[in-house]
Amino acid sequence: MRRLVKLAMQKPELASAMLLLVLVVLFQIRSEGVFLSVNNVRGFLGLLPETALVAVGVTLLMISGEFDLSVGSVFALMPMTMAVLVVAGWPFWAAVAVGLMLCAVIGFLNGWLTIRFDIPSFITTLGMLFMARSLTVVISGGFPPRIKPGEVPSWIFVGFVDEGGLIRASVLWFIAIAILISLLLSRTNFGNWVRATGGFLPAASAMGIPTGKVKIACFMICSVLAGFAGMIQSLRLNSFLPSIGEGMELQAVAAAVIGGTSLVGGVGSIIGGLIGAILIRVIDNGMVMSQIDSNWFKFAIGALTIFAVVGNAWLRRRGRAMKVETDK
Amino acid sequence: MNTPIIETRDLHKWYSGVHALKGVSLKVDSGEAVGLVGDNGAGKSTLINILSGLHHQDSGDILVEGKPADIRSPRDAMRLGIETIYQYNSMVPLMTISRNVFIGREPLKWSIGGIGILDERKMREESVKAIADVDLHLRSPDALVGELSGGQRQGVAIARAMHFKSKVMILDEPTNHLSVKETAKVIGFVKGLKAQGVTSIFISHNMHHVFACCNRIVAMALGKVVLDKPAADTSIEEVSALL
Repeated sequence: MRRLVKLAMQKPELASAMLLLVLVVLFQIRSEGVFLSVNNVRGFLGLLPETALVAVGVTLLMISGEFDLSVGSVFALMPMTMAVLVVAGWPFWAAVAVGLMLCAVIGFLNGWLTIRFDIPSFITTLGMLFMARSLTVVISGGFPPRIKPGEVPSWIFVGFVDEGGLIRASVLWFIAIAILISLLLSRTNFGNWVRATGGFLPAASAMGIPTGKVKIACFMICSVLAGFAGMIQSLRLNSFLPSIGEGMELQAVAAAVIGGTSLVGGVGSIIGGLIGAILIRVIDNGMVMSQIDSNWFKFAIGALTIFAVVGNAWLRRRGRAMKVETDK
Repeated sequence: MNTPIIETRDLHKWYSGVHALKGVSLKVDSGEAVGLVGDNGAGKSTLINILSGLHHQDSGDILVEGKPADIRSPRDAMRLGIETIYQYNSMVPLMTISRNVFIGREPLKWSIGGIGILDERKMREESVKAIADVDLHLRSPDALVGELSGGQRQGVAIARAMHFKSKVMILDEPTNHLSVKETAKVIGFVKGLKAQGVTSIFISHNMHHVFACCNRIVAMALGKVVLDKPAADTSIEEVSALL
């Protein structure tokens, strides 16, 4: 039993999951049952995959020891590129492919510049944040492109999959991708390299791991996921705005940190990042539903981020210090 | 006689204007335990970094088992059977023992283009065996390396090198920051290597540690080899005087 408690205390995801449960119950009571009503859950599930996909990519990248501040801009650039191409007469799938490829190129540049010139990714991706956002506005030409409903097969990404109209395809896409990335991190040699690279770079490179390539791959996965998430949001709203995703980069970092990912790399899990993203969405939505002044939202996220890091460090120390029988 | 397992010929290395290695020629025979001593900045680490693939010499040749070897990366060195155990540990503290043992050389169930699913059972079983082979007894291959003592970590690193059938093991200051007891343990590991026919190069600036487990002493000073004798024919006093 003590051993179980010790293990649990060293798993930061668990504390966040518990907090999540408490908040759901609290919001459900305070909103007089509206929080878990079908209509609210539908809205919640529409928005969740978009934030959570970005958080998954950012979490993976942070475990490898790097940062990406450009995800919010890539979130807007990908659907804008796609929409502009569709309006110009390109087939939908070709436009999607070009959009995702552009994200991969941005991720590659983020990684390559960071590794090649040995500069903090904080700076590289801060630059990319501005460049990608600017590019989004430039290619839109100042006027958001209009795609008529039904003109593109957006149901594949955002159509409702059940009779009651509760779950969108985006939820399934998101679950599948999250499982895939999670397996990539925990079950493959690539995942081992990511953890080693972020955990202790000198050891990883001394053992012959191509640490530069590993980081670049993580940058690319992170960018592609951010672009994909932006596409889902734009298709769901059927509007292609150059301003979406602003501030998303920091929310994604907050989600990863709340879920127990370390800022210096090596520590963290995809499920933790997910729980962090869900927490952020629950707080956002729950506050509105409980009729709390929504201007407090950012305050709550900020406080939670600090609390999570302090709390996780404390739990980990307590967990490690806990004595368990070591015979056998 | 036998061809040396490693031979360097007139190695030179400059670091941004500093002439760190000034023509180092060295032969190491199979099964030897060579102690490489020298003060800080004598060129020991530079020589080791070149042999382990972290740096490349500016001029000179390396021969492994008589064949010219171009060592460009740690992977090249490992492929040639040269494994290095560093002062600052070649382990990731936040990963488990079994994952650390197989870092960069993971057994896979199947793979596409070099990326694939880990064979975690094999990793666990073989790391337990490898660790037991160097006479180290650890509770579980799932323990984090960060929870081990310094001496145990060096033991795991040596077990890893043994598991991958390294022919030459380079130990770069493996006894630094270790307690007396732990140091004795590491020296025991090095003696064990000799018994198993593994060639070792033991780097330290602690003469006592080197004389305790090596049969040949090579001393370096200011980028050059200044002494190269069987340990029986020299003494701590003679070597110290040269450094």
